[in-house]
Amino acid sequence: MEFTEEQLQRYSRHIILPEVGGKGQKKLLNAKVFLVGAGGLGCPVGYYLAAAGVGRIGIIDNDTVEVSNLQRQIAHSTKTLGRPKAESAKETFETLNPDVTVVGMKERITKDNILALIQEYDVVVDGSDNFPTRYLVNDACVIAKKPLVSGAILKFEGQVTTIIPGEGHCYRCLFEEMPPPGLVPSCQEAGVIGAIPGVVGSLQAIEVFKLILGKGEPLKNALLIYDALKTTFRRVKVPRNPDCPVCGDIPSITELKDYDAGYCRL
Amino acid sequence: MPDKSINIKGHVCPYTFVKSKIAIENMEVGQVLEILLDYEEASRSIPKSMEDLGHKILKLQKINEKDWIIQVRKEKE
Repeated sequence: MEFTEEQLQRYSRHIILPEVGGKGQKKLLNAKVFLVGAGGLGCPVGYYLAAAGVGRIGIIDNDTVEVSNLQRQIAHSTKTLGRPKAESAKETFETLNPDVTVVGMKERITKDNILALIQEYDVVVDGSDNFPTRYLVNDACVIAKKPLVSGAILKFEGQVTTIIPGEGHCYRCLFEEMPPPGLVPSCQEAGVIGAIPGVVGSLQAIEVFKLILGKGEPLKNALLIYDALKTTFRRVKVPRNPDCPVCGDIPSITELKDYDAGYCRL
Repeated sequence: MPDKSINIKGHVCPYTFVKSKIAIENMEVGQVLEILLDYEEASRSIPKSMEDLGHKILKLQKINEKDWIIQVRKEKE
């Protein structure tokens, strides 16, 4: 594939980077990334992936755009209120860059559809807002051996980690079981400052680029914690747990189960 | 004799380097790329950037009032 004149201009700041070049840009154009959630995190991740020319972006979200989302969910707008988030995001990303195909899905991700959905993608990005989905995505990625860039936000804090099955830790090595319902405040109860998802989502997008390009060190075996009030980044080591129920030496979780028991959904 | 020649007259930075870099990426190690340009700043920046990438500048010549020729040998992938 030869670049068009417009592509040379659009991607010029990538092409002149030694770590990217024309070859790296072609990798981005041929890459397929699956986003879980078109909310606070999915919006900035998808925005930067689309801008960078990631050729195919799958995005799943069962919600519709509400006015309370617009304080932080930058792919949506007052004009797309009431429409499915997956559709609103698709429109925004494809308008930004016609090189990109966005597959928007308005449905819930479940134990029954996740493996088929992520199968054709190179990298999965978790931007979900609840623990059942977070554990479902982790377990599915470990079982399917898909790299996963996981992000989470609450109040003035954000976390990022990159899970490469077979090469490092997984989410269950970090937190083996879901916290009991009610113990952890949801975004709805605790609030989130507007630009936090931008910081965390941008970090996730960069992790995705590094995985696609094969450059740099992915954030594996580590959790990066951003504290916006203190303006600090802490990088905490997370070794793989050999007794981990899903990625350990003798895993007890070998197929996906019901993750929703006892949880109410936002 | 160069293995490939490109004419990037009329282009300015950074497209002068974008075009040169894409051209050399698509060549084999040991082959020589000749670049014809008329943007004065690029006559300095392209050789430097090519050397930063590990390639060898064989020739840098002002051939008339406006134009330069650069020859670069690709030294590595």
